[in-house]
This record gives sequence, structure tokens and C-alpha cells, in this order.
Amino acid sequence: MRKEVRIAGFGGQGVLMAGIILGKAASLFDNINAVQTQSYGPEARGGASRTEVVVSDEEIDYPKVSHPDILVAMSHEALIKYMDDLKDEGILIIDPDLVVEEEIVDFVKEHNINLYRAPATNTATEKIGLRIVANIVMIGAIVKVTDIVSVEAAKQAILDSVPKGTEDKNIQAFEAGYALL
Amino acid sequence: MVEEQFVLGNEACALGAIAAGCRFFAGYPITPSTEIAEKMSYLLPKYGGTFIQMEDEIASIGTIIGASWSGLKTMTATSGPGISLMQENIGYGFITETPMVIVNVQRGSPSTAQPTMSAQADMMQVRWGSHGDYEPIALAPSSVQEFFDFTIEAFNLAEKYRLPVTILADEVVGHMREKLIIPDKVNIVTRTRPELTDDYLPFDAPENGTTPMPAFGEGYNIHVTGLTHDKRGYPDTNNPETHHNLIKRLCDKVLANRADICSIKKEFCDDADIIIVSCGSPYRSVGAAIKMAREEGIKVGSLKINTPWPFPEEEIKSIANDVDNIIVPEMNLGQMVHEVERVVAGKANVHLIGKIGGVLHKPEEILEKIKEIHEGEC
Repeated sequence: MRKEVRIAGFGGQGVLMAGIILGKAASLFDNINAVQTQSYGPEARGGASRTEVVVSDEEIDYPKVSHPDILVAMSHEALIKYMDDLKDEGILIIDPDLVVEEEIVDFVKEHNINLYRAPATNTATEKIGLRIVANIVMIGAIVKVTDIVSVEAAKQAILDSVPKGTEDKNIQAFEAGYALL
Repeated sequence: MVEEQFVLGNEACALGAIAAGCRFFAGYPITPSTEIAEKMSYLLPKYGGTFIQMEDEIASIGTIIGASWSGLKTMTATSGPGISLMQENIGYGFITETPMVIVNVQRGSPSTAQPTMSAQADMMQVRWGSHGDYEPIALAPSSVQEFFDFTIEAFNLAEKYRLPVTILADEVVGHMREKLIIPDKVNIVTRTRPELTDDYLPFDAPENGTTPMPAFGEGYNIHVTGLTHDKRGYPDTNNPETHHNLIKRLCDKVLANRADICSIKKEFCDDADIIIVSCGSPYRSVGAAIKMAREEGIKVGSLKINTPWPFPEEEIKSIANDVDNIIVPEMNLGQMVHEVERVVAGKANVHLIGKIGGVLHKPEEILEKIKEIHEGEC
């Protein structure tokens, strides 16, 4: 079945890397199909950044995401910008420390959204001691609440993508994220 | 060993070039093609090749022509604005029969318009952009795997027919990541050298054909010119017959070999009432639209053009005998649709879905046109 994922946040949060890792996990390690795309714009650190991943056990024709099944918001700006596209009864994962939750209460109710709070940035800073791995923490949370890729595939894709010498910290980050939800 | 990677289309292009034997790249980075140059700059030194970042696109194309004549398989990559600058030397490539590969990752145009957005703006520029009569070869990938495979095919065709071959990609396929399967062995055409004799004629090619290419510095006496030349390669510009024979041969070596060069993919056409003709990225939306239409009981088929140039005339002509309606979705305001109309010659209705702005057609937009035609017919 086709599943569409959109992850959005600030430039510098590793949003694109999170998309690449999910796509890699699906296509190289779970052996299903995946297409990953990303927004190209003036995305210097701090600007808006977005990645999209389509995962399917069938051939993927249309490669873009229009109505995601899963939206992951790592900034308030991203949440407000992309929330409306989320499918009814879709999964919304937010970093509660980076969004103003009051503003989405009505939307969540109205569309029967499954809302999950994953404090990825705080977990990365407090538990791992590395703010930079917030994206990997978030992957852990995504894998826990969705079934788009397996735990094993996600771990393999992380190991395949991160710089040498950082493997342990990144796997710890993934596991900390997985334990959040 | 077969290798699997999860990479960008642009990276797959560079990997395909290396697999095809490309050992020289000269280019000037431009969005959305830059990752090709970037990847080549990493890969080429590892394979004993040369990467040069040039001062501009005119220098880039001139340099890969020179490098090709030194015996190397060469490539450059750019987008619409760069292709515009390269046009004069692309014509030089045709008349001097210089094998090389030009990658055009198309973006919103004209001018510098939309660097980060997609388009199929240069379909006709590749056909007619340089002055004069010539028959180009171009391939249009619609997936990361095709970007790899078509790059190898582009090098093979360039070597086989001794001419510049263009890969007409676009931002969507350049900037998407998918699984790429790199086979342990690929079929590549290796450049052969002519026999060195006292009465050697470097341009003494048979009708509709080519002759093996000499290389600078290997003992041949060769003169390479953009002027109309005789079999020795010397200018013979006032002789109508020399010009006619040369240009006819250069065009006919492509036209007479359409069957070998042209490539299409037909799906769901056997029972179809409507056929969608597409090339490049829009094919991905077509696939989704056809599934949606068939779920609603409307029989739609797809003809995907892998080689926009030379245009697959016979294949398009033949579908006009089978269906009354042909839909042509393009990321422009109508370019390839003129070729379809020319070939169909009134035998079927041809409906353009021209889309500009930088975004791929949504499957629903194509479905809407399908329904409109279907309801009109009922």
C-alpha cells in the first residue's frame, strides 16, 4: 500500500537526512519501493526545509506527495504551512517544544488526526548530549508509530548514512526516539 | 557484483557516465544539474579521468569537443540557460562528427526563470537550437534507474553514430531519490581507431554511415573544421555537391537508423480507447492517471517516448490507427505535441495538457482530461 510521509522543519535540523534515511530503509533494506524528494529553495540554516517520502510495496508512479498520511513537524512554521494537506485520520507527529499546540487543537479534532508528541530536540540534547541528532530521534518516533519501515531497516539505513565514528550515538538517538511514544 | 544505491537521478547520471567509460567532464554548475558535476568531480579522479570546472558553458562545450578528439568519452551537464549558450558549438559537434554527451536537466524557462523548478522547456531547442540542418539524438529519462541506463545508452549512441547526444532530463527526475541497481557488467560501445595509411581520409564515410574516429596525437594527419569539408577534412565551401553530400550523410546516418535508435514503451494499449503519449517525468503521472481511469472503466493506454529525437514517427502513426484520441501531457505550453500532430496528420484528435509553473502534472489533472474526452465520445 502507498504511504506518503512529509517531514518539515528548519534548515539545519537534518530534515532532508531524515527523509533520505527513511527512503533508504524502505528501498535498500526492507526491499519495497521508495521515492524521496525535497524542497529546493533558499534554504540556508534557519529557513524552512521539507522532505517527502513515498513508500509502497507496489511500483510508485506519481513520485510526489500531495496528501500525506504522516506529517512530521519540527517547527511551528512548518506545522501551520503543511497541516491542511494531512489526510483525515492521518498521523501528525510534532516536537512539542517547537510548536504552539493551542493553534492546532481544532484542526486535530475536526479531522480526527492522530496526534503524537515526540520531544526530539530535547531528547537529543538531554539524553544523547547532541542536539544535532534530533532528526534521528524523530526517525525512532516515526518508526514506532507508523509501519512504513521496519526497525531493523531503519537502523541499517542510519548506519549507512551517518559519518564514521558517530554510529553508536545515532543508534542511541534512534532508540531514544523509539522509546518516546 | 550487482550494487544497489538510494541516490538522486543526477547522481545516477554520473554513475552511468562512469560505467559507460566517460573519463572527461567539463562543465559550469547550474541548478538543477549541479549534482552531476559534483559527483563527476568525486568520481573521475578515482577512475583516472579529468574533471574541469570551466569559466562558462561556451568553454565547457568547446572543451569536451577537444577532449573527445583527443580520444576520450566526454560529457557536460547543464540546464536551459547553459544549453542556449552551447548551441553554436553543438552545431560544430554535428558537422565535425564529434561523439559527446550533453545532459540538460530542464528547469522553468525562458531565460533564468525557475532554477529550482521543473519543465520540459527545451524539447524543441535540442531539435532546432543550433543553426542548420542536423538530426539530433535525445533520450528522456523518467526514473533514477532510467537516468543511469539512458546515460549509458547516450554514450553508446554517440560513439556508434559519432555525434553529440543529449539527455533531456528535468528537475523532477534529477532531484528525486530512488533505488538504483548498478549491474556488474554493462554493454558499452568502445571507440575504434582507423587504420593509419599513407592515403588515409578521415571523413571517408559510407552513405548513411560513419567512419572510425582518429585521435589527435596518434600519428594521423587530420584537419577538423566547422566549414563544409571534403573527405580529407579540408574546407570545400563553394561546392554545392560537397555540402549536399556531407549534410545529407550526417542527417541520414540518424534517419536511416531510426529503428536502431528509437525507443518507446507501450502499456495497456491493446484494448485502449484513448492513448497518452508522454516522455520524461510526466510519464509518472500518466501511470497513476491510467490506473485511476481503468478503475472507473475507461480504457486508457500509454505510449512513453524514450527517445524524443529522432521522433518515433512510425510508432506514433500506428497508434493513430487504433484510437481516435491521443493526449499529450507536457511541462511546457506545447512542444512535442506539434510532432505528434504532424505525424498523426488528422487521423486522431490530439489533446495537449500543457503545464508550466514548475510542478509535475497531478494524476487528477490527466484523469480530468481523460473523462472529458470519454464523456464527449459517449
